[in-house]
Amino acid sequence: MLHTLAVLVENHPGVLTRVSGLFARRAYNIESLSVCQTEDPDISRMTIVVDGDDRVLEQVTKQLHKLVVVHKVVDLTSEAVVNRELALIRVKVNADSRSEILQTVDVFRGQVVDMGRSSVIVELTGDSEKIDAFVRTVRHHGLMELVRTGKIAILRSDN
Amino acid sequence: MMEAESDLIMEPESGANLTGAEILLKALAAENVELIFGYPGGAVLPLYDALLQSPLRHVLVRHEQAAAHAADGYARVSGKPGVCLATSGPGATNLVTGIANAYMDSVPLVVLTGQVPTTLLGTDSFQEVDITGITMPITKHSYLVKDVREIPRIVKEAFYIAGSGRPGPVVIDLPKDIQAATTVPEEASLNLKSYKVFGKGNAGQIIEAAKAISASKRPVLYAGGGVISSGADGALRELCRKTGLPVVTTLMGIGSLPHEHPHLLGMVGMHGTVTANYAVDDCDLLIAVGVRFDDRVTSGLGHRFATKAKVIHIDIDPAEIGKVVRAGIPIVGDARQILESILERVEAPEIEDWWRQIRLWQEDHPLNYSQTDLSPRLIMEKIGELAGETSIVATDVGQHQMWAAQFYPVRRSRHFITSSGLGAMGFGLPAAIGAQLAQPEGLVFLVVGDGGLQMTMQELATIVQYDLPVKIALLDNGVLGMVRQLQGVFCGERFSEIQLHANPDFLKIAEAYGILGMRVKTEAEVEGAVREAIEHRGPVLMDFLISADEWVWPMVPPGKAITEMLGR
Repeated sequence: MLHTLAVLVENHPGVLTRVSGLFARRAYNIESLSVCQTEDPDISRMTIVVDGDDRVLEQVTKQLHKLVVVHKVVDLTSEAVVNRELALIRVKVNADSRSEILQTVDVFRGQVVDMGRSSVIVELTGDSEKIDAFVRTVRHHGLMELVRTGKIAILRSDN
Repeated sequence: MMEAESDLIMEPESGANLTGAEILLKALAAENVELIFGYPGGAVLPLYDALLQSPLRHVLVRHEQAAAHAADGYARVSGKPGVCLATSGPGATNLVTGIANAYMDSVPLVVLTGQVPTTLLGTDSFQEVDITGITMPITKHSYLVKDVREIPRIVKEAFYIAGSGRPGPVVIDLPKDIQAATTVPEEASLNLKSYKVFGKGNAGQIIEAAKAISASKRPVLYAGGGVISSGADGALRELCRKTGLPVVTTLMGIGSLPHEHPHLLGMVGMHGTVTANYAVDDCDLLIAVGVRFDDRVTSGLGHRFATKAKVIHIDIDPAEIGKVVRAGIPIVGDARQILESILERVEAPEIEDWWRQIRLWQEDHPLNYSQTDLSPRLIMEKIGELAGETSIVATDVGQHQMWAAQFYPVRRSRHFITSSGLGAMGFGLPAAIGAQLAQPEGLVFLVVGDGGLQMTMQELATIVQYDLPVKIALLDNGVLGMVRQLQGVFCGERFSEIQLHANPDFLKIAEAYGILGMRVKTEAEVEGAVREAIEHRGPVLMDFLISADEWVWPMVPPGKAITEMLGR
């Protein structure tokens, strides 16, 4: 099962290595990881999506807590959260497919951020399923390049 | 102007400009460090220069690996963090085995390494390695110092982290220019916002544990290294007295109860006693204290270990709880405080029938003497008898280690020093050096094999240089005995590369270093040799010629449950 963890860490060089190294050597599987500084410049927030059963998750959480640089670990999996991914997708276009693709982008509330003669770049935000669905829809036109940020997540208000 | 400056350097006062090296040594002294095990080199020139003016005692080893192991042995005996020091690059990488060893056995170390100047970091410069990166999986924490002003805080934090909670090694990597840079050092304070140390344990869980013990019919207490590192051996003895609990120990737990203690069933696991393994398998309550259900205990079969038992797991590291075996009553905290709290609430369970069963197992399955001319068991028992209650025994890794664990009558905690989790051959001699320096007046025996001795044999020079009267009991069988035994059992006696054909004459080795050497071939000679070794003021090497066909029994083959022992 996929779990989403929010991990608050010190904003120092080498901290990412400590966290990712822990996952690697204890054979925990990272599905995605995104990290950046938070509202407090001394603290970074990592959103880590990890695959494993409850027992693995318990170990991951406890082992993360043992790192001196880790301040807090929250499992957001069963919480009410807003989660988002950002994707930039280059799709092949030609005169015949152009309007259909643009329409699809509209339906998904995406944006065309660059348009060339034979391809467009689409910017899309949403949860993972939405991005997966868009990719499935445009794939037959020719999916040339796909960049995704990995999930970020935040607890809903009034929880 | 020039004179004033040189005055400052000669007699640094508080408020004066000091070099990073001087600040570091002062910070070590502030942590009550008396001894550093080290080896100099280019990237630590400023440190060794400053050392000349420092009251700290430096012990020059002959290989950096020995510096780490010696600091480890010192820490295990003294209970204080051990400190070792090496130069950058190969000096630092040579420490790695020793750091891993300390990490596996939760021994507090502060490891100082030189590093190339910050201006050269990351350029593959001479003797540059990323030692904080290399040691990340085997340290509790590490620091690469980038600013001389950080040194007092980092040293303070390093000692606090190494020694508190579940102890472990901390690396401080010191670039050469930082050692030479100057500043006016400021008072240091800890800046560890998220580092948490668990103490007393949850009161409700402690009450549950006390109730479970009082109501148990077939309890066993399973004691590990955490009992020793937390100083819980007194509370454990008291708990035995009050409740009559039988106790098994891990290799790390040896010494938590005296060898002759009537409640001690011996070591549990792969080379444990039959009684200890049967008792754990059959118990209805397992009180696990400061242990991690290591695969040398459980055979890697957590799900087949103590299956009839409710488990109370007491450990200071929350991540150990539930890692291998599900605990019915988990208690996170300091073993000594928790055992003392349980003591206040516990009542003696009715376990006379259980003890009757245990005594039957003990009668049916004693550990046996072997039938060769010179039994390792006899050697261990004779040394233990003559060396007395206060003797410290350090071991290397292999068959001799298991014989020492089974038969050496260890009577006190911190008096049995062995590489358990990592099983690092070469540990013994340097660890004995550290042990002897921690107890300069103590009688320290090293039990070592001819394979392991040759992994760090260069340290014989260190014991001579520092006049350390370590008594070396070399169990010399001309083979890598433990591997040979494994090949004997699991590879149909197809022995592969375990013959040490070109062993030196160890008496000549001893003589070359100026150490008294003795050779012992028969059991009749053992007592005389051990007596002479103890009476001799300096170091001694006793070369016990034992048979390669001496094997360690009983033995649980890996993957078998602990009741499926060979050699019962």
